[in-house]
Amino acid sequence: MAELLFWPALLLYGEAAVGYFGDARHPGTAGRAATWGVRLGWLVQTALLAVQVVRDDGFPWETWAASLNLFVWLVVAAYLIWGCRRPYRLLGLVVMPLAAVLLLVARAGGGTGVGARSHYSNLFLVLHVGLVLAAFAGFTLAAALSALYLWQERRLKTRAATILRRPAPSLATLDRLAVRTVVVSVPALTLGIAVGIGRLVARGERVDAVVVATLATWVVWAAYLVVRARGWSGRRASYVALAGFALVIVVRLALPATHFA
Amino acid sequence: MMRLVLVGTSHHHAPVEIRERVALDPAEGTALAARLGEAVCLSTCNRTEIYVAAEDADDAEEQAVAALAALEPDIEQALYRLRDQAAALHLFRVAAGLDSLVPGEGEILGQVRAAYEAGSTGALLDRVFRHALHAGRKVRSQTAIGESPASVSSAAAALAEQVFGDLDGCDILLIGAGKVSGQAARNLRTRGARIAFVADSKTDRAQIEAELARADVVVSSTSAPGYVLDAATVERARHGRQLLLIDLAVPRDLDPAIHELDGCYLYDIDDLEAIVTETLAGRRSEADRAESIVSAEADKFHEWQASLEIVPAIASLRAHAEEIREQELAKAEGVLGRLDASQRRAVESITAQIVNKLLHLPTVRLKQAAAAADGVIYAEAVRHLFGLGEEER
Repeated sequence: MAELLFWPALLLYGEAAVGYFGDARHPGTAGRAATWGVRLGWLVQTALLAVQVVRDDGFPWETWAASLNLFVWLVVAAYLIWGCRRPYRLLGLVVMPLAAVLLLVARAGGGTGVGARSHYSNLFLVLHVGLVLAAFAGFTLAAALSALYLWQERRLKTRAATILRRPAPSLATLDRLAVRTVVVSVPALTLGIAVGIGRLVARGERVDAVVVATLATWVVWAAYLVVRARGWSGRRASYVALAGFALVIVVRLALPATHFA
Repeated sequence: MMRLVLVGTSHHHAPVEIRERVALDPAEGTALAARLGEAVCLSTCNRTEIYVAAEDADDAEEQAVAALAALEPDIEQALYRLRDQAAALHLFRVAAGLDSLVPGEGEILGQVRAAYEAGSTGALLDRVFRHALHAGRKVRSQTAIGESPASVSSAAAALAEQVFGDLDGCDILLIGAGKVSGQAARNLRTRGARIAFVADSKTDRAQIEAELARADVVVSSTSAPGYVLDAATVERARHGRQLLLIDLAVPRDLDPAIHELDGCYLYDIDDLEAIVTETLAGRRSEADRAESIVSAEADKFHEWQASLEIVPAIASLRAHAEEIREQELAKAEGVLGRLDASQRRAVESITAQIVNKLLHLPTVRLKQAAAAADGVIYAEAVRHLFGLGEEER
């Protein structure tokens, strides 16, 4: 059953990635097809996760690969909130290839199958893993928005003659959406970390590299909110967001090596 | 058989001095259409066209030409005259903005709709205009032909949207009031921005600086010999906020160094013209896609029109076959009279089915032939082979 759902989800995400690429060249039908690819792909992946939950008698977060599967679902879910609107199709060009590749990586790591009974079904892990992954999905989206901001700002600064042939979301919109996403994500990460540290203390376990990197990630994104409140915006804030995303990547890469070891 | 006739002139064929003499206001267009019978008059600043549906195409064309010649005696050499599929294709291209001065301009679709609603339409014109409006909408939704601005003033407004998004609540500082800067300000206003202050040569610098601190967009077009705003003034007034500056003056009003400031985007007339040239090139490349959509829609209309030619022949053929069936049943009345009601119904049904099955394929083929433009030949062949209509002759 999981196999039957994985491949359609991957195909639909892949179709969306190709569709967004086609839309960048010739706006219209390809973009609409891509949007439907995202919607249907996300629904199929939702079904895949539901099957995993039912079969494994709990949330399938036991391995880094399974958590990556969930992470992809959260990123696409966050993108779906407003990303399917026409001006944001350019963002799909960044998000959907990433989603397709990460889903494939999750499968390679065994994160899209069923069969292993989950040991991670207690409330602690639902909160810890769920909140941290949701925050990371938000940061990924905020970083994509910031990257798009820098690209759009560069086009305005270089006075690119093509700027109106391929309109992107406005600088103000990108800036606003990035902040809103981070405003929601930082409290989620804070809570996720707090639950995790509480567990560490209760069990008397040691802090590992992933915990340190996650704390550093929290510091950078919290700093993002602080500097925004102090009047930083635009280009400088976008660089901070990209630095924060670099740490998200570090945490994700370190996860299989240390946290699940 | 109703024919579609088009007589008209446009910016491709006549200069404005001629076009303005044959331009019709809505009331005149409606009156002329009613006078010509089944007709629609489309009159815009770039074209005046009369579409007529009539049995006698030559006579309809003559009347339409006479109507325009009554307005301008020298119009004849500037007129184009098209019929049937060519006329329909032309209308479809017009509705899609492909025949416009600026390819893809959107206003024409509304003008075609208004002309259609004001015209005297029957089945043919009704169909061709509804089809044209559909083709126009389809081109706009499936291509990007009308999305990018086609003038310096609209490019300035579109750039402001690229920086600020929704322009509601954005303040414009207008320095000088040239024609193009006025148009740019109007374009910005139609998108929700507000003209906060208009500075002229009498306005002192301190006041301009104070207004600059509040403005989101500056549009400048003065004849001042030097810079009206320099980078230091802007930096002092802005405090890092985003600012779009549009310099439409020659010599330039705004110090080019302003563009180097964080959050400031300065575009002069050359930058805007380069953007417009690029967007027009984009429209032309989208026009190829639009042409294929229009062409496909014109083919569909042609199929419909061609089917009108073949329908009478098909109807005659079926009536003829039904007549034979009834005659043969009548001849066999002596035998059939002995059958009970259900047996008689079965015979009726079987003979009707035989006729239908025999005629099914010829009917389909005739419709296909009509779509392939051989409709009239096939219709004639059917009439000849089955002797349809000979009794009347």
